[in-house]
Amino acid sequence: MDLTHTPDEDAFRAEAREWLTANVPSEPLPSLETEEGFAAHREWEGRLATDRWSVVNWPAEYGGRGADIFRWLVFEEEYYRAGGPGRVSQNGINLLAPTLFDYATDEQRARVLPPMASGEVIWAQAWSEPESGSDLASLRSTAVRTEGGWLLSGQKTWSSRAAFADRAFGIFRTDPEAPKPHQGLTYLMFDLKAPGVTVRPIGRLDGKPAFAELFLDQVFVPDEDVIGEPGQGWRIAMSTTGNERGLTLRSPGRFLAAADRLTALWRAQGEDVTLRDRVADAVIGARAYQLFTYANASRFAAGETIGAESSLNKVFWSEYDIALHETALELLGTDGELADTAWSEGYVFSLSGPIYAGTNEIQRDIIAERLLGLPRGRRA
Amino acid sequence: MRFQLTDEQQDFGRSLDALLTASDTPLAVRSWAAGDHAPGRALWMRLAEAGVFALAVPEAYEGVGPLPVELAVAYVALGRHGVPGPLVETAAAAVLLAGTPAAKEWLPRIAAGEALVTLAEGPYALDADAADLLLTREGRIAPGHGPLRPSADPARRLFAPTEGGELLGGTPALSAARDMAAFLTAAQSLGVGLALLDRTVAYVKQRTQFGTQIGAFQAVKHRLADTLLALEFARPLLYGAALTMAPADIAAAKVTAGEAAYRAARTALQLHGAVGYTEELDLSLWLRKARPLRDAWGTPSACRATVLTA
Repeated sequence: MDLTHTPDEDAFRAEAREWLTANVPSEPLPSLETEEGFAAHREWEGRLATDRWSVVNWPAEYGGRGADIFRWLVFEEEYYRAGGPGRVSQNGINLLAPTLFDYATDEQRARVLPPMASGEVIWAQAWSEPESGSDLASLRSTAVRTEGGWLLSGQKTWSSRAAFADRAFGIFRTDPEAPKPHQGLTYLMFDLKAPGVTVRPIGRLDGKPAFAELFLDQVFVPDEDVIGEPGQGWRIAMSTTGNERGLTLRSPGRFLAAADRLTALWRAQGEDVTLRDRVADAVIGARAYQLFTYANASRFAAGETIGAESSLNKVFWSEYDIALHETALELLGTDGELADTAWSEGYVFSLSGPIYAGTNEIQRDIIAERLLGLPRGRRA
Repeated sequence: MRFQLTDEQQDFGRSLDALLTASDTPLAVRSWAAGDHAPGRALWMRLAEAGVFALAVPEAYEGVGPLPVELAVAYVALGRHGVPGPLVETAAAAVLLAGTPAAKEWLPRIAAGEALVTLAEGPYALDADAADLLLTREGRIAPGHGPLRPSADPARRLFAPTEGGELLGGTPALSAARDMAAFLTAAQSLGVGLALLDRTVAYVKQRTQFGTQIGAFQAVKHRLADTLLALEFARPLLYGAALTMAPADIAAAKVTAGEAAYRAARTALQLHGAVGYTEELDLSLWLRKARPLRDAWGTPSACRATVLTA
């Protein structure tokens, strides 16, 4: 058992730290859930990409540095320690890109990945539908065969960042006659500016248009934008949601930095004794999550796969994130109510954690059934 | 970086599990609680032969340690099987004794499993009636002890050390001994929590109500999912602490494992229902241990304070 970094990892950390110190904007960027902030973040993504820091774990040919998972974790620690802005391209990088690496053609990778890395094309996810949330297999939007491609129709909703994004990815029903609901689905990418697409921004709890619903009316998608085989969408999507809940969606660096900020706030406010235990729990939780991630990364590096364990991960960080922000708001007292602070914005964002990427109720079912072997409930 | 137990360390844990499964550990626990130490001491000797106590003793004194990672593996297994006795205290005493003239006499005997040593935490010493040496946390060798003070866990037998006796000479490592005790209590707690979870999972799969296994109910599933979650996030903190043995890391592991095991006990009791509220079911051996271990060698509140002083 060993927690020490290699000289190579230390050198990588030093290089990242130096670059970030020189380049991270000294003033926080405006919220990426506003038009102005979205543009500022897109520009920041481009700056990151110029020196190949936007996707460090990707191969060099697509703009990365070929970093392994430990160096990726090191980078994330440094990124958040330096106060790096939230990543507007995260849906593409964290959700679509792993799918492309696993299932796409070389042509698709060469076409889609570089502009994703540079922030030139920002991606939105289009999974959920009005009657289909965590039960993704029940989705009803369709893709119908046409000359040279497919025609999409239906409605998607809760599509994060779709209000300002360029393109989207999702799964669509291509075979309504398939014997089971998760069969006959196809994974494809489409243009949010294409004829037939209407994007209606939805205000989040704080009023910002952080997500949108998409109305699709005979939207043409060429064959080259289908990922994998038609009909295999469910299997491919499941591998994406596994990534989402697993190692890559929330790196420990973000929580380590947040716990440091919380501790500093607590000290600055006179070390309120009534909140001491909760501040300590935030520090402990960040360390626990870091070490849990290192353990999973070690398994991953040893060639093991991370399966249903990723549900433990997701429930942990989503609930941790809320507790951390609640503690900060309580420390702030009356100022905790103010909506235009970083803590307040972080709090509103944290509230969505137990809801998206498969609700925590679904995650707990997965933990109970697949890790503890309990009998399946009423889900199909 | 390879933050994962080696194959050898995993094999060691499995071999201890097998040894303790093959022994009648619940009988040893019940006898111990009744003041009959013979089955417990026999078990203790088997553990010594498997190398458990040598892990806490330096090589200069016929040990192989201290090896915190291996000790953590061992004490998770000891907790999982509910092994009675001053397990934590004996290993902590080995740390305390290492810098003193008494080391030569006691450490080889600890490594060999011939000496049970207890170390008082505040006013009480665990299993002083079974111990061959009774130390106080100031490093005094107590000449004897008072009458049994019943613990919430009858297999934990508490006694107040009597006044007097000599101080250990040399430079006893008082705070390092307390850190070791807290660390191994965390490991033992994790094992207790895992045992409670295992037994409860097995129970909810066989118990039926309303015509179905109660383990199919979402309310039941979610409590057990949360129990597993808490235990699985305590585990990396435990092994992280083993690698640094830093007080703040130990405190973080202690509070997390202790709380996780205690929550596991509450869940186990609730899901077993009335049958869980009985002494005769073996579940009680772990149920009653979780709460004292949560508070022994550092209450949650004290641990949290330590984390923030780092």
